[in-house]
Amino acid sequence: MPNENNSGILIYAQLTRECYVHTVFFELLNKAKELAQKLGGVDVNAVVFTVPGQIECFKEAFRNMGVNKVYYYENEIFKDYSTEYYSKLIVELVKNTKPEIMLIGATNQGRDLAPRVSGALHTGLTADCTGLDINEKGLLAATRPTFGGQLMATILCKNYPQMATIRPNVFKVNPENNYAETEFISCSANLAEIKNRVKLKEFKKIIENEINELDSAEIIVAGGKGLKNEKGFELLKRFADKIGGVIGATRVAVEMGLAPVSAQIGQTGKTVHPKIYIACGISGAVQHTIGMEGSEHIIAINNDENAPIFDIADTGIVGDFFEIAEEFLKG
Amino acid sequence: MKIALCVKQVPDTTDIRWTENNTIQREGVESVINPYDVYACEFALKLKEKLSNNAEITVFTMAPPQGEDMLRKVMALGCDNAVLISDRKFSGADTYATGLTISTAIKKMLPDFDLIVCGQFAVDGDTAQTGPSIANFLDIPQVTYVTDFTDFGEKTLTLNRVMEDGIETVETELPALVCVMTQSFEPKRPLIGGIIEASKKDVKICTLADLGLEPEKVGLRGSPTYVSRAFRNISTHNAEKFKLGVRESVDLLKERLNL
Repeated sequence: MPNENNSGILIYAQLTRECYVHTVFFELLNKAKELAQKLGGVDVNAVVFTVPGQIECFKEAFRNMGVNKVYYYENEIFKDYSTEYYSKLIVELVKNTKPEIMLIGATNQGRDLAPRVSGALHTGLTADCTGLDINEKGLLAATRPTFGGQLMATILCKNYPQMATIRPNVFKVNPENNYAETEFISCSANLAEIKNRVKLKEFKKIIENEINELDSAEIIVAGGKGLKNEKGFELLKRFADKIGGVIGATRVAVEMGLAPVSAQIGQTGKTVHPKIYIACGISGAVQHTIGMEGSEHIIAINNDENAPIFDIADTGIVGDFFEIAEEFLKG
Repeated sequence: MKIALCVKQVPDTTDIRWTENNTIQREGVESVINPYDVYACEFALKLKEKLSNNAEITVFTMAPPQGEDMLRKVMALGCDNAVLISDRKFSGADTYATGLTISTAIKKMLPDFDLIVCGQFAVDGDTAQTGPSIANFLDIPQVTYVTDFTDFGEKTLTLNRVMEDGIETVETELPALVCVMTQSFEPKRPLIGGIIEASKKDVKICTLADLGLEPEKVGLRGSPTYVSRAFRNISTHNAEKFKLGVRESVDLLKERLNL
């Protein structure tokens, strides 16, 4: 297909209910700027759904981060996410503005939205990428883990826009993006033409301090099923407190009721990259390691010297976590 | 209520073996039903139960011929019919082509469906895209990250779903597609009677010719994405391993923590 899509890179800017731009947008923006340079300095634009007047709150942020154009839709109805409204309007916008790449954060909302957009545009979508680059032909080379993280695949797309979703916390925010005179473009939405067949009845906020704690933690102390029971996690907590670490857990530990879901790290949990990650009683199933392999220094404590966690740890300590932690806490 | 349940057979990702060339060895690898599809199945069965069995569940899978075994296992749990969407030409499909193929099969085999139930994602590809892709081709609403249903009406279904900041209760018009995220129902065990009954039932086969799609719309050819390179994810960490006494382990730990 000849490339008529040449209006640069479009990023979906998800808003939180507290009216912040979700951090994944800034992470994607930083990466998109890099890709835009490789494409000869194309624009990096954003699309956002707001309630009337709200765009004023975000203008400074978009300017400071150097976004070229912001396409915004305003309506009271956009205070809640709607798959059908959002996807149909983005499809229309993409048809009108013809970006060559579109990026969406792989939040639950993003993963709900992105396949509806790509499907309606008859284009490809690569999910949960951990690397994005421009190849020698000027195409988006999207790299993602597959088979539980054991195999990496670099995926190309035949059609335009080339679409990808990226998990939060995979790319870093660059606070030094250049200021830009962002152009804010108000887009009109003919909502009467769109069927919205899913109605929000109720919303219950989950207050999860641990989520933010894990995101910004310099040290994470994570436990797996090797910690056996509540006592193991109590010890883990004392050990973590002693060294200023935040508690993480494997899916199995969460399912055993030893840690809250918000502490879960891995394929179905969070992706983290602290300076130090201490894996205690964690065997190292790929479903877990996929979420923590980006840590700067990994320390593993496990009494099974053949545990796969030792293959990806910088420092592997073969030994009993209970004994070592108790001794550590003695001083 | 007519329910289409979509399931996928996946290689056991905890048991992956590598060839000398760092490609995945597919022969002899155990296949399992995708765990999230088990949750989807429980969701459909629970709904059927709540509807006083006034519902019919048809299981769909796109798979090579051996997918039939899995379909019989799912039928033994209490599902009524099964469709195996199978053709060599379907292989290599990405989520777009898979969505087109499965949605076409559902339209053909269960045109008056009320609900499609999928797992939130499959543990092999982990894209979470095939469900929404099916909904897109059928132009029906979707609700993803579903934990359970709380109510249903003649043409509506009320569901709880987990979003990144909280739990939403939503009401969707039917027909709709839901992607089930967690196990909130007691798992079903196949009954001996169920297994015998399932072994007697027909598994209907849907080939490319049955679907009436053009060959260039399915499989690798019909996929807008393609893998340009696949490589083994080799850790960049040092993998230094120490076997020391307890005290020495603590000292090493302190050294590495800069204490």
